[in-house]
Amino acid sequence: MPDNSAIAHGAQESVSAANNANGANSAHPEHPPYLRHHFESVEQQADTTNFAMWLFLLTEVMFFGGLFTAYLIYRNWYYPAFVAGSHQLNVIWGTLNTVVLIGSSFTMAMGVWCAETRRRNGLVLCLSLTFVLGLCFLGIKSIEYHEKWEKHHVPGAHYSLQSFVDPQSDPEVFKEYHDKALMPDMARHTEIYFSLYFAMTGMHALHMIIGIGILAFMIYRARAGAYTSGHVTFVENFGLYWHFVDIIWIYLFALLYLISRHQ
Amino acid sequence: MNNDNNTIIDLPDQATARIPQPNFISKENGLMSWLLTGDHKRIAILYLISITFFFFIGGALAGLIRLELLTPQADLMATDTYNKVFTMHGIIMIFLFLVPSVPATLGNFFIPMMIGAKDLALPKVNLLSWYLYMTGGILALYAMITGGVDTGWTFTTPLSTHYVNTNVITTGFAIFVAGFSSIFTGLNFIVTIHKMRAPGMTWFRLPLFVWAHYAASILMVLGTPVLAIAIVLVMLERAFGIGVFDPAKGGDPLLFQHLFWFYSHPAVYIMILPGMGVISEVISTFSRKRIFGYTAVAFSSVAIAVFGFFVWAHHMFIMGISNYAVLVFSLLTMLVAVPSAIKIFNWTFTLYKGSITFETPMLYAFGFMGLFTIGGMTGVFLGASGTDIHLTETYFIVAHFHFVMVGGMLMAFLAGIHFWWPKMTGRMYPEKISQLAAVVTFIGFNLTFFPQFILGVLGMPRRYASYPPEFQVLNVFSTAGATILGVGYLLPVLYLIWSLKYGAIAGSNPWQATGLEWQTQSPPLTENFVVMPVMDHEAYDYEWLESQKAKEVASAG
Repeated sequence: MPDNSAIAHGAQESVSAANNANGANSAHPEHPPYLRHHFESVEQQADTTNFAMWLFLLTEVMFFGGLFTAYLIYRNWYYPAFVAGSHQLNVIWGTLNTVVLIGSSFTMAMGVWCAETRRRNGLVLCLSLTFVLGLCFLGIKSIEYHEKWEKHHVPGAHYSLQSFVDPQSDPEVFKEYHDKALMPDMARHTEIYFSLYFAMTGMHALHMIIGIGILAFMIYRARAGAYTSGHVTFVENFGLYWHFVDIIWIYLFALLYLISRHQ
Repeated sequence: MNNDNNTIIDLPDQATARIPQPNFISKENGLMSWLLTGDHKRIAILYLISITFFFFIGGALAGLIRLELLTPQADLMATDTYNKVFTMHGIIMIFLFLVPSVPATLGNFFIPMMIGAKDLALPKVNLLSWYLYMTGGILALYAMITGGVDTGWTFTTPLSTHYVNTNVITTGFAIFVAGFSSIFTGLNFIVTIHKMRAPGMTWFRLPLFVWAHYAASILMVLGTPVLAIAIVLVMLERAFGIGVFDPAKGGDPLLFQHLFWFYSHPAVYIMILPGMGVISEVISTFSRKRIFGYTAVAFSSVAIAVFGFFVWAHHMFIMGISNYAVLVFSLLTMLVAVPSAIKIFNWTFTLYKGSITFETPMLYAFGFMGLFTIGGMTGVFLGASGTDIHLTETYFIVAHFHFVMVGGMLMAFLAGIHFWWPKMTGRMYPEKISQLAAVVTFIGFNLTFFPQFILGVLGMPRRYASYPPEFQVLNVFSTAGATILGVGYLLPVLYLIWSLKYGAIAGSNPWQATGLEWQTQSPPLTENFVVMPVMDHEAYDYEWLESQKAKEVASAG
């Protein structure tokens, strides 16, 4: 055998399983009910779905990658507009949201631990906390979106350059940053900044909403004891998804709120 | 074995042979048993029916295009209708036929069988991918019926965002949804190939079909999400005017092209690589030899996938990217020719001193090798920046693309369908008429698309309903060829459906092929194998096959 290390996962177990199958055909009473018919062992099943989840997250990286590429290109081209746009974001809300999200990642991680150690009440509690923190994040995000709406910073027909061609008309921001007025042709590029802001945070929020929906489903199932009888793959993989969404936010927070703060 | 004949077909005695029962088709009955199935083979059949449906819609649109181009004036349809027709032809053929063609049907059916698994790793995701595909397909048809879209299949900005008022959002969403079907198929293949192989099935014992799909899957998983986000941005641009691609607001339309081609160039390798996998299987089986340079062919698939990600800007040579970018992308584009040539040369060396027979799949495979070589070499003309400036946006591009995709991929698809038809259905297709169909397809194809190379060099631009009268002769040739090609594609549908009831019983291994999928009954059991196979030989080991047969005879006698 030229390539021992590359033999399919669980080759040894599989051989013996195949031999068993030869003798006593179908009956495998020792198999837990959650083992799907096409896997040889629980380990293979867990390993496989786990790998699939990582691959899915890779596609998500590519998905957001397109947006990050656009952001980096336009930030280089229209640097002053991006700085002025960034100054319009509320760092306090942003930081709070970051804390909320990291907190939710912590509760999620605790949830996975509870599932692994078969603590049903702990799992329900952790998932519920994650659920609530996720909603908190979306609530804070909607406050921020509303602020942009009021200031006419939502791209489209109602977009207004007022805050950028005449910074003093926006005393709160001016007090903090003392931005100089932008020339109109640079100021209009702030619309690109806000387009990307809404596209990126919007895509992120969409992922949060999907995650919260799945969380609700998981809480319902966990109360019935679904994940605390040894089959934790679903919770683990959802945990990966949740942490991934969290990491995306960390990058968004840094790129949209922080790096232009002292320019 | 009929060694004295010029055929390798080895059928059971038709008087006594029966389709084995149970099998995956007869196991359950009723529509719901198909619509809710987790069986990769049934999902492959669902895919086969649906992509055939979309292929004929796309083909009908192609027929309309060729009919319009029969005469120099725009007389069959209004010019903006013509724009919609070629756009929908492109969208349906690329996103709803070529991308899923071989992977979602043959790949879905045979990858688990070839690696000795009971199913793909994620059966529910597999079914989901079919539903996503159908949703995307129906949305695209809905967009077509309710007014169509006329941006070209490339959705080029700012045309798609500002200057046309057709169903861009609906069509874009259709492609977005269909894209996720492709992502899930690719993801499922990668996971399956990594984690579900039978004992002894090492990476270098995998059939080359599996290697080719692995490479294509990498492209699907990494490329498609970028297309998805590019299309989301176009939809947002149209719906809300966000300005990311709008020059009036400082956005850059070229950015769209970068994002779009970052997927859509690798997408042509998503389309062709699985076809190359089919050709490897067919060439080996019908020349009774292990594929020459197995490892080189396997790695050339991966190399095509890797290089494929670094050539996208060659679609923008005349669109204002920098000269240095043109230089680099031109060089990288030509590099793709290397692994492609490795494949062609290795298949040729496999034929050398092989015991070649000329069953239908082999005829299609020969068609593939010739046409793909022409298609690939003209790709080098287009990759060279100087000639590209002359040839781009002419019929030369159209001919090049169709040589690779129709002459290459469609020939490979048909080769594969014929090759595995006995395994999928348990019955043979009629050999003589299918050989005729293969020849008709080849002749019709050349007559359709070869004149387009000449038209392109002469400067006839693509995407216009009318053209100067001096181009008419070649266009008439092309339209006549398209008619023959249409017959060539219609024939298999008719005789393959016929064969479902009247074809000869195939037995488990009519071609005497070596793959694991041939070592089980046809059509297979739902679980594929009675006992989990253990791979104890190399791929394409015909001596092993002989020894197996000898053993069988000994034990039976």
